[in-house]
Amino acid sequence: MTTHTSVLAVPHPAKPRSAFVAALMKPVPVIAAIVLAVIVIAVLGAGVWAPYDPLANDLANSLAGPSAEHWLGTDQLGRDVLSRLLYGGRPDLGAALLVACTALVVGVPLGMVAGYRGGRIDQFLMRIVDIGLALPSMVIVLLVLAVFGNQVIMGYLALGLLLVPPLIRIIRANAIAIRSELFIDAARVAGFSDTRIVFRHILPRLVGSVLVQASLIASMGLIFVSGLAYLGFGVSAPDPSWGTLIAEGAQITRQNPALLLAAGGVLGVTVLCLGLLGDTIRDASVARWARTPSRPSRIRRRRSPGDAAGAAPESSSLLSVRELSVEYGSVEQGQTVVDGVSFEIAAGEIVGLVGESGCGKSTLARAVLGLLRGGGVSGGAVSFEGVELTTATVGELRELRGTSFAFVSQEPLVALDPTQRIGTTLTDAVRLHTGSGRREARARARELLARVRFPDPERVLRLYPHEISGGMAQRIAIARALAGSPKLLIADEPTTALDVTVQAEVLDLLRELRASEGLSILIVTHDWGVVSDLCDRAVVMYAGQVVEQSATDALFHRPAHPYTAGLLASNPSGVAGGATRLPSIPGTIPLPSEWSTGCRFQSRCPLAVEVCGQGPVPLVQSPDGGTSRCLRVDQVERDIWSRDLVRGGAR
Amino acid sequence: MTAPVLEVEHLDVGYGRGRKTTQIVRDVSFRIEQGKTLGLVGESGSGKSTIGRAIVGLAPVLGGSIRLDGREIGQLDRRGRRAVAADLQVVFQDPYSSLNPAVTIEEILTEPLEAQGWRRKDARVRSAEMLDRVGLPASAGKRFVSGFSGGQRQRIAIARSLMSSPRLVICDEAVSALDLSVQAQVLNLLRDLQDTLDISYLFIGHNLEVVQFIADDFAVLHRGELVETGPADQVMRSPQDPYTRRLVSAILSPDPQEQRERREMRLVGARADLAAEISEKGNA
Repeated sequence: MTTHTSVLAVPHPAKPRSAFVAALMKPVPVIAAIVLAVIVIAVLGAGVWAPYDPLANDLANSLAGPSAEHWLGTDQLGRDVLSRLLYGGRPDLGAALLVACTALVVGVPLGMVAGYRGGRIDQFLMRIVDIGLALPSMVIVLLVLAVFGNQVIMGYLALGLLLVPPLIRIIRANAIAIRSELFIDAARVAGFSDTRIVFRHILPRLVGSVLVQASLIASMGLIFVSGLAYLGFGVSAPDPSWGTLIAEGAQITRQNPALLLAAGGVLGVTVLCLGLLGDTIRDASVARWARTPSRPSRIRRRRSPGDAAGAAPESSSLLSVRELSVEYGSVEQGQTVVDGVSFEIAAGEIVGLVGESGCGKSTLARAVLGLLRGGGVSGGAVSFEGVELTTATVGELRELRGTSFAFVSQEPLVALDPTQRIGTTLTDAVRLHTGSGRREARARARELLARVRFPDPERVLRLYPHEISGGMAQRIAIARALAGSPKLLIADEPTTALDVTVQAEVLDLLRELRASEGLSILIVTHDWGVVSDLCDRAVVMYAGQVVEQSATDALFHRPAHPYTAGLLASNPSGVAGGATRLPSIPGTIPLPSEWSTGCRFQSRCPLAVEVCGQGPVPLVQSPDGGTSRCLRVDQVERDIWSRDLVRGGAR
Repeated sequence: MTAPVLEVEHLDVGYGRGRKTTQIVRDVSFRIEQGKTLGLVGESGSGKSTIGRAIVGLAPVLGGSIRLDGREIGQLDRRGRRAVAADLQVVFQDPYSSLNPAVTIEEILTEPLEAQGWRRKDARVRSAEMLDRVGLPASAGKRFVSGFSGGQRQRIAIARSLMSSPRLVICDEAVSALDLSVQAQVLNLLRDLQDTLDISYLFIGHNLEVVQFIADDFAVLHRGELVETGPADQVMRSPQDPYTRRLVSAILSPDPQEQRERREMRLVGARADLAAEISEKGNA
């Protein structure tokens, strides 16, 4: 059977293979892989394609330069340099592989155990790691080689073990981060053994960092082993290895520089390719499940000169936003996230900016403040008391921030510097805006705290951020925002992280500030309760556009857009006791790339008709004096969603 | 009256040992009948999530008992956990962290069953069935979670919790991270599933109205102790304990008119409480 829920649109399947391959198919890693493959195959097949025996002397032909017979010339004993280079790679690459395997086989499991189990096992392992980090690697390896005579393999194993401690630390740190994720808790609730959790859930997440470490350790091993050979340990003459070839080449560099250049070059290129490839394989190995990074590649700011001039703000409004658009991404692939938004805020007015995640409400608030991260205003105008903000310079904006408008974020504790007392934070803010002396600023800070209803400001000034609660922190953040006596406060979900009782206090405070000093507030929220408690007017956003704007009372009693009606209906507080279902809007919020040219809500709308999809829907006057972006605004009723529920029962 | 699915008696939960113990939950008792939902509400730091974690063995039980269908499960080791895992499942708040991004959704769903000895083939059939039940196409099983929205992920988490036909699902703030319209979808889904499968929920939340929609009974927690229990509607209508009263009066109504009235009531109530407190101190 199926439930009543409609089958949801799910993302297109990313074929695991193709994601892996796609991540690899970039020019640099492809070249690195080809070069590395050529080197490895050339070295492994040395017996087949080396033109000469690497040990065959030809004293008559010693120290010859590059020629048709000897592409890279010959050495002191007339041996072919190319052949010796090909054979010489075998011990080096083999040793590097051995070193890397030793380090990974020992280090990865120990790192995972230390990170996942924690406690005594972790403490014990970490003490050993500390000791390991203090050991001088080269000296120990030389010592091991001295003890075991010329059994180089023991030296390589010792080197592998010496590289284990830093590897354990890295793997442990990663494992600790993964351990705290909830899916590990879920696995423990299911009763899985630790072994299973480590291998099924932690190891796959670590593959990326393990691969990077493997390439780094292999590179280090390669250099180290060559260094040993250079010093005369490991491979001994006359057998070739890259290290001994470099040593020999250094002696005859005047007569035939080809030997030194070729041996050193091939070592360098191999190490470089390993590094390049490690990073790419890491990215590719997680490509099939990780999110594609949506890093904005370039900030754009493209506007026609007439844009700002054409928008004359009304005299009564403090802030006027006209046809504001914001884009993320590059010029070629810009993604509009806020699309032609207009609204105004009068002095002393509180306006709510309402919508669900991804509707662009926070981006809009940041755009007004000139605080966009990675995006850019691509059109429209924002004027504050007649001053155009979108074309203002950084300096002009800095001047306005704090003294004309101020910002309060959702997470006040994050916004406070943990190393500074509240007093320092506040007096700094006061001095920045007023240029007053320390003593005056302190007095003003005390006054600000009293205004946000702290009964004992002096004590609060001495506290550190870790000593205060979330509710206190939000009130302090508001106090700081008031330091420059702004006229407009922009608050992004200021009560979302707070408990209900504390939320009520913060909302009371904002209401009082408006009453006592005529502060205007733009509050970004998804909570209808906050809107009804605080706001005079609400601007409802959906998919980057304003879909409805009206006075709070009208909005609640007679919403003029089906989306507003749906959001109000799905709020559980509107439901009578005993109701078995909440009216809900089917489907999901479209991504910016999925926005249609017609009504963006039509696919989820119970009132949608054919004409809704035929072109951009303009904002029209709604019966209650607001505006609505709905062609069927006359049909919108408070209960369209629950009516539908009763009739069809299919939502 | 039938035996309760979950019976918690005098539960103490805390961390540390001996004199350094930090007790988070003190002497908490409640029971949940089959097919019913208990809403465990309180503010941050009240210990509500800790109780949920103690029931599933993620927080140490210092004292008291937790019985699932009469079996004591308060002090189980990993092997014992596995034995009750089929009957006791959990849905966490954060659907981004609660699903392993490195394995396919099918693996996420089938793994718990395979650990209980199901054949892989049967587990796969079951996973397709559960995806359908939570409103996702069976083809979703072959994908990774990264492309799914928060609401879709929470459906997957619910599907995982239902794979083994549990008796009790603990929903720890399971809809708190979701948008309003998606929250309504998921709440409806949880109710539908309860109606068809007759499972019980322990629904932990901070939003009283959300919890009221889904819960039959309320248990209000304050600083690790239960301050009030009773039928959800009754607790909301006439809260008895002063703390519950404060909690209920702080709820914001989406109706501006009603909210104005509520605000007046809250401010008057706060003043009355304060006056009572002062006079109490004066008498003492």
